[in-house]
Amino acid sequence: MADLNVHLKGLDLKNPVLTASGTFGYGSEFQDFIDLSHLGGFIVKGTTLNPREGNPYPRMAETPCGMLNAVGLQNKGVDYFITHIYPEIKDISTSVLVNVSGSTVSDYIATAEKINELSHIPGIELNISCPNVKEGGMAFGTRCSSVSEVVKAVRQVYHKHLMVKLSPNVTDIQEIALTAEGEGADSVSLINTLLGMAIDIKTRKPRLSTVTGGLSGPCVKPVALRMVWQVAKVVKIPVVGLGGIMNAEDAIEFFLAGASAIQVGTANFIDPAVTIKITEGINDYLDKNGFQKIQDIVGLI
Amino acid sequence: MHNSCSMKKIIDFLVKENRQLNENMFLLSLYSEELPSLRPGQFVNVKVEDSPATFLRRPLSVYDVDEENKLLFLFIKIAGAGTQRLSRLKANERLNLILPLGNSFSIPQKGRCLLVGGGVGIAPLLYLSKEMHKKGLTPDLLIGVRSKNDIVLEDSFRQYAQLYYTTEDGSFGEKGYPTQHSLLANQYDHIFCCGPEPMMKAVAKYAAARQVDCEVSLENLMACGIGACLCCVTDTTAGHKCVCTEGPVFNIKDLKWQI
Repeated sequence: MADLNVHLKGLDLKNPVLTASGTFGYGSEFQDFIDLSHLGGFIVKGTTLNPREGNPYPRMAETPCGMLNAVGLQNKGVDYFITHIYPEIKDISTSVLVNVSGSTVSDYIATAEKINELSHIPGIELNISCPNVKEGGMAFGTRCSSVSEVVKAVRQVYHKHLMVKLSPNVTDIQEIALTAEGEGADSVSLINTLLGMAIDIKTRKPRLSTVTGGLSGPCVKPVALRMVWQVAKVVKIPVVGLGGIMNAEDAIEFFLAGASAIQVGTANFIDPAVTIKITEGINDYLDKNGFQKIQDIVGLI
Repeated sequence: MHNSCSMKKIIDFLVKENRQLNENMFLLSLYSEELPSLRPGQFVNVKVEDSPATFLRRPLSVYDVDEENKLLFLFIKIAGAGTQRLSRLKANERLNLILPLGNSFSIPQKGRCLLVGGGVGIAPLLYLSKEMHKKGLTPDLLIGVRSKNDIVLEDSFRQYAQLYYTTEDGSFGEKGYPTQHSLLANQYDHIFCCGPEPMMKAVAKYAAARQVDCEVSLENLMACGIGACLCCVTDTTAGHKCVCTEGPVFNIKDLKWQI
């Protein structure tokens, strides 16, 4: 049994397998399939200051080796999370992070301040990369100046682990990551979904109500892996890799590229128990190849 | 609607039989020792192997259950690559299912019931008729199809329901759509409907006009089937709700259909 413990600045995980925000609900949806305490952690869905209904149906289109979604951050708002969800999940023996999103910098600040008060939430994932909202979201994550502004502002009010989730829809992912690091991010997670679209040629209409949406699944993995590798080369903070991880082999590629931990997203839809299999597979790989601990394979490329 | 509380499972079923009903419809019989209890209206999410164009699972209604022999029956119409692959399954192959999923139809204690199915929408109505029949009800079942050749499983339905048909070409039963059938001159207490959305809306309009209680089963596109991704939502009087967990059965009074 290899040592799977991961220490991201101020955030200790029992193993490097997290679940990606928006693909794992609030964890309870998966309790019939897995023991949540066996996860390194899970990241609850994008939470905003005020409730959001999200985008109109249709919000999803299956595409080759993946899918597009345009959910648009449907959630009941941070206050509902604190009163109704938090009491249900706070005692689960794993690290629960909250994905924080917003339309304005002041929204991000207000939400982060509220989450900061929750003693059982050891960190947030700052979502500056959602491609499915008209205001905010990805708009913050695609220019260094706005990345700087929002990360700096949240850093001032949020005192636990601050993970910043990066958008792949940029020309130079390294400068975005360096900006987040410079403003005090404790880690960066990447990639959020790639902006894409699909058209129904029978109706000659877009398949999504919003026309464009976020692409995820194994089709994005090579892009994600490349970006994780590029970012890990230049930042000193830990990198959390995600994008199309379907099995342990995929996860190991991300560690080799420089990720200290990984997130499993879309794969949860096809196999709700996949995270446990991935954790076991990582351990088997380390054992078979004579590595004592997960850190030994991080960034070997 | 009845809400499910039973534990969801991921189970490998054994294909016992794949019976072709006509050129694009077939009936799968699946066996598992672990077959959980299922209610009419619930669905299963099927993993489709060896179909490169099929990334997500395919949600399919429970057609029938044989609890004694641990058999689950799925009625499938070929609609794309995923169902095409399922149509080629052979006996003794394995099929991975997540089940039971979703809520179920509410079965009334008494009253006159009308079930309306269109196309592949007849899938959940056999099990519903069967469970109604167990309670001493014999519903009227009105099935709308394009033409006589699309009529399948007639004898199965006839065991539990009074059967009526409409065909668009007039080759069997009454010509036209289900909402044009003479049966609708009757006064019903409950209506249950599954089929193409325009048909369900027409039935909902009929029910609303006569103030008849009406439940419809929606088949929105789904990714996860367990309420995690929020892709399959429908707009209700209480906001967006997941069809996979808060449906697929909805009372029309909760939907924001413009009817």
